Amino acid sequence: MQVEESIKTWGQLSGNDTNDLDDLIAVKPLNRAAIGIRAVLLALAALTVYALSTIDYRSVDVYTAAADTVSNFKLMFLQPYSHRFSLWEAFYEVLITLGLAFLTTLFGAAVALFLGLLAAQNLAPKPVTNLIKGFVAFIRAVPTILWVLIFAVAAGLGSAAAVIGMTFHSISYLTKAYSESFEDLNADVIEALTASGANWWQIVFQAVIPSSVTYLLSWTFLRFEINFANAVAMGAAAGAAGIGFDLFMAGEYYFDLREVGLITYLILGFAVLLETCSTTMKAGFQKK
Amino acid sequence: MQADIFVKRRNRSLLFFALLAVLTAGSIVITQYDVLKGFTSIFNAFYWGITNFYPDAGSLEKLPDILVKLRETVLMSIASTTVAAVFALFLALAGSRTTSINSAFSIASRGMASLFRNIPLVAWAMVLMLAFSQSPLTGYLALFFGSFGFLSRAFIETIDEVGSNPVEALQATGAGYFHIIFQAVLPSGMPQMISWLLYMIETNIRDATLVGILTGTGIGFAFQMYYHRFDYHAASLVVILIVITVIVIESVSNMIRRVIL
Repeated sequence: MQVEESIKTWGQLSGNDTNDLDDLIAVKPLNRAAIGIRAVLLALAALTVYALSTIDYRSVDVYTAAADTVSNFKLMFLQPYSHRFSLWEAFYEVLITLGLAFLTTLFGAAVALFLGLLAAQNLAPKPVTNLIKGFVAFIRAVPTILWVLIFAVAAGLGSAAAVIGMTFHSISYLTKAYSESFEDLNADVIEALTASGANWWQIVFQAVIPSSVTYLLSWTFLRFEINFANAVAMGAAAGAAGIGFDLFMAGEYYFDLREVGLITYLILGFAVLLETCSTTMKAGFQKK
Repeated sequence: MQADIFVKRRNRSLLFFALLAVLTAGSIVITQYDVLKGFTSIFNAFYWGITNFYPDAGSLEKLPDILVKLRETVLMSIASTTVAAVFALFLALAGSRTTSINSAFSIASRGMASLFRNIPLVAWAMVLMLAFSQSPLTGYLALFFGSFGFLSRAFIETIDEVGSNPVEALQATGAGYFHIIFQAVLPSGMPQMISWLLYMIETNIRDATLVGILTGTGIGFAFQMYYHRFDYHAASLVVILIVITVIVIESVSNMIRRVIL
């Protein structure tokens, strides 16, 4: 009540004669964004209901399968055990997967650094940036596994196809991330350097890269984390080496859930370790 | 003094590149990666792609079958992401510092989000495959668990970013827990959350291919079938359709983002 009165007086003071609260407190109309949000939510809900109603449930008894899954998970996580390899061998397989992820990230970062410079709107002419962005969008649209399998025809299954195929995705992801970091650079800096007669390479190496190096590193490490997960998946689906292949063999050929559990724990451990590293790194850079 | 800085900087970058070189050499040895073969295979693959990997007249007859599988996969990705988002929202509300009831709750939900996110998609697919066999539900559930973990973390961060100020302001006026959630947290976080949801749908359509290859469902299965039969013309048609789908969905969600953000 008090609040209403004070608003009324305030309204009168400012020369507004209406005593109507609605005129004073701006009621937000249903704007474009709000309508958009509602439309999206409705559309997604409708699509979901439709999709769930069209799934063919006849081929599987959902309740038995769900119960089976729960007991499978129990076996997997409560009694992990390895039958076919020692813990050291399993650890070595994880190292292979890490190695695949590292090579992929390194090659991807090297190529993406140049593509990123060419895709940054403040460093390259517009036709070039559009060309690179289109190229990168196309690469990203093809799933990683398909890149790997397509390269496997030429290079044979194994680490070569896996590394080259996964590098494609790293290039597209990092080019996007790098070019956005480069575009954050203040336009004045480039102008000042251009005025002092610096050429393109000098601008890039003296201003652009040094000022964005921390972002570049944290994006690259984030990609390393993603590549580790990818390398596991490629090992399983494309027969590339590493822990993913063992996971696939244990699950799909030997139906050995206890071994699947052990491998999952190992992967989980490394993934959490990488995630912690990347969050600490990001926090450290933000502090600087 | 000035010179010192440059020496220090040079030494630091030398150390960085030396470390990088050692790690690279180590990785090449461990993974038995054949550097020469790796790089020459890029050209071989392009040559092979141009000469063999294109749809021909025969593969166009398989178009209706492929389109049915593609539709199934797209619908499945959307459904699993949306349902996962609903569950993730509850977990995120319990996990975020601004909205959680107490800190033990918050730590437990963050741990759960991290666990679900880091268990590889392959492991989900494999375990579900044993019980659900080759049914569309296997792919649906595998994508669901993966999305659930990722979206929980994204939503927790979004809610944290909304900040404690509006929440505190509402608390001061005596608003209850649900009022705070529905009047402050959800409205201000919603655009960002929908953006994450759309991103997850894009990712899931790509991941659905991988899950499909592992569990024998959807578009991934179609690709694998043609690939193993050396029917590369039909396989290339599958790839082209996936690319078109992903690009269309990406541009639709970018359009939506421009409107709501």
